Amino acid sequence: MISTADKTPIISIKNLKKSFGSNQVLTDINLEVDKGEVVCVVGPSGSGKSTMLRCINTLETPTGGSIVVDGMDMTDLDLDIDAARTRIGMVFQSFNLFGHLTVRENLTVAQIKVLGRSKAEADKVAEANLAKVGLSEKIDAKPASLSGGQQQRVAIARALSMDPDVMLFDEPTSALDPETVGDVLQVMRNLAEAGMTMVVVTHEMEFARQVADRVLFMDGGYVVESGPAREVIGNPQEQRTKDFLARVLNPGQLG
Amino acid sequence: MSTSPTTGSRGPTGPGHPVPKAKMSKRKKAKISRGIQYGILLVIVIAIIAVADWPTLIDTFGRVDIAVSMFPEVITKALKNTVIFTALGFVLGLIVAIVLALMRLSSVGIYRWISFAYIEFFRGLPALVVFLVMGFGLPVAFQGFNLPQLVIIMIALALVSSAYMAETIRAGIQAVPQGQVEAARSLGMSSSRAMFTIVLPQAMRIILPPLTNELILLTKDSSLAYILGSSVDGRELAALGRAEIVNSANLTPFIVIAVCYLIITIPLSYLSRVLERKYGSAEPGVK
Repeated sequence: MISTADKTPIISIKNLKKSFGSNQVLTDINLEVDKGEVVCVVGPSGSGKSTMLRCINTLETPTGGSIVVDGMDMTDLDLDIDAARTRIGMVFQSFNLFGHLTVRENLTVAQIKVLGRSKAEADKVAEANLAKVGLSEKIDAKPASLSGGQQQRVAIARALSMDPDVMLFDEPTSALDPETVGDVLQVMRNLAEAGMTMVVVTHEMEFARQVADRVLFMDGGYVVESGPAREVIGNPQEQRTKDFLARVLNPGQLG
Repeated sequence: MSTSPTTGSRGPTGPGHPVPKAKMSKRKKAKISRGIQYGILLVIVIAIIAVADWPTLIDTFGRVDIAVSMFPEVITKALKNTVIFTALGFVLGLIVAIVLALMRLSSVGIYRWISFAYIEFFRGLPALVVFLVMGFGLPVAFQGFNLPQLVIIMIALALVSSAYMAETIRAGIQAVPQGQVEAARSLGMSSSRAMFTIVLPQAMRIILPPLTNELILLTKDSSLAYILGSSVDGRELAALGRAEIVNSANLTPFIVIAVCYLIITIPLSYLSRVLERKYGSAEPGVK
């Protein structure tokens, strides 16, 4: 699916800066993501990787630099940000399903109210996406009755129902019970194979190694190292990357 | 603090020693304590029964003939008016309260300030003062201010209740996790659409029990309408009660009125408990 002819990256981040008050959390982040590419962002907590992801759809307002997604300048104050966000799906660590709505309504509410689709059309899209995540039988359930893994798969289906060009995942498996992590990762794997452009903030190194085209290692608000997944994870060049990977891959060992 | 030598000597003296038997077991102590509590209650009840002047009491508060003479007007007019005043005041108050709560959370500073000032002002005033100002002050200040009694009562009740309800609603809105708004915004909803489609419906579940309580308080506050005076048909429970007391030179109407208020408020507080059980524990949004 990666088209070599199309040279314009679908996400282009240049010199992105973000600070909360005097606390600079992102410093000069540069990232280009091509259509169909899967980029995993790894790094210790507090390294700014979630903030970077949230800047892409401006849930956090960047302090400086530029972000262009699909030709839309996200930092342009006159951009119709709501319209822009319909093309950028986002999956959260804590799922954030709408608790007062059924699974079906979770998947259709934005389609109907934002995209202006008819109820029948929205239902059809919702059913197709729910099937994709393997939860067709839960369409009339309330989120509270689902397991964490099921909720996260519904959340993925909800984002997909808007037919986004790009999907952002913010530590999608960090809040899950270990036995439900696999199902969510499998859904993401299928999505990647189907050619979706994905930026995934994650601690799942195995997933990053197998699925990501590229891995970005962040620490202290900087991109320390980036490159093909096999190289960054298998043969890191920077000391900080090595330290981090040693801790993550062998959590039992000290040093 | 009370490790005096005497208590120390009664405690366990060392390993291997049997626990010394207290003079009285805990169970026996508790039994005696309960007996004393029953005894106190019994003494108080007997004292009240013995001391009270029952014939006079019944003659003053319990005249069945006077109570019967109040029916059916007390139900068909007074109770009905109380319910109407309360309902109108509550609905208007709720609308104003939602607007105030949204203003309180607005990004426009002056709105936040106005809402804050309104809430502090009307929460700080006794409902009686609001009724007096609405009923007597405004018609004097604005000569053309000649609203129907019902509208004045409705506005006064709304002013009083909206300030309290605004704070409840604001707290309810803020109790909905921020993640719900972020999810809605990430799907392309504008902030106002996210508020009305996602946040407010969930906030309403959280605040349903406290709002029911507010309705109970308002039912009682509606009694203040009597100070505005009214036509015979416009009397609510308190006004009717006062009129009947004057008419009959007896306090029995008070008892009838009290029962009528309880007929309204006890089902409401039952409803409040049911709602609390149903929604109170429910997580707003899902973890």
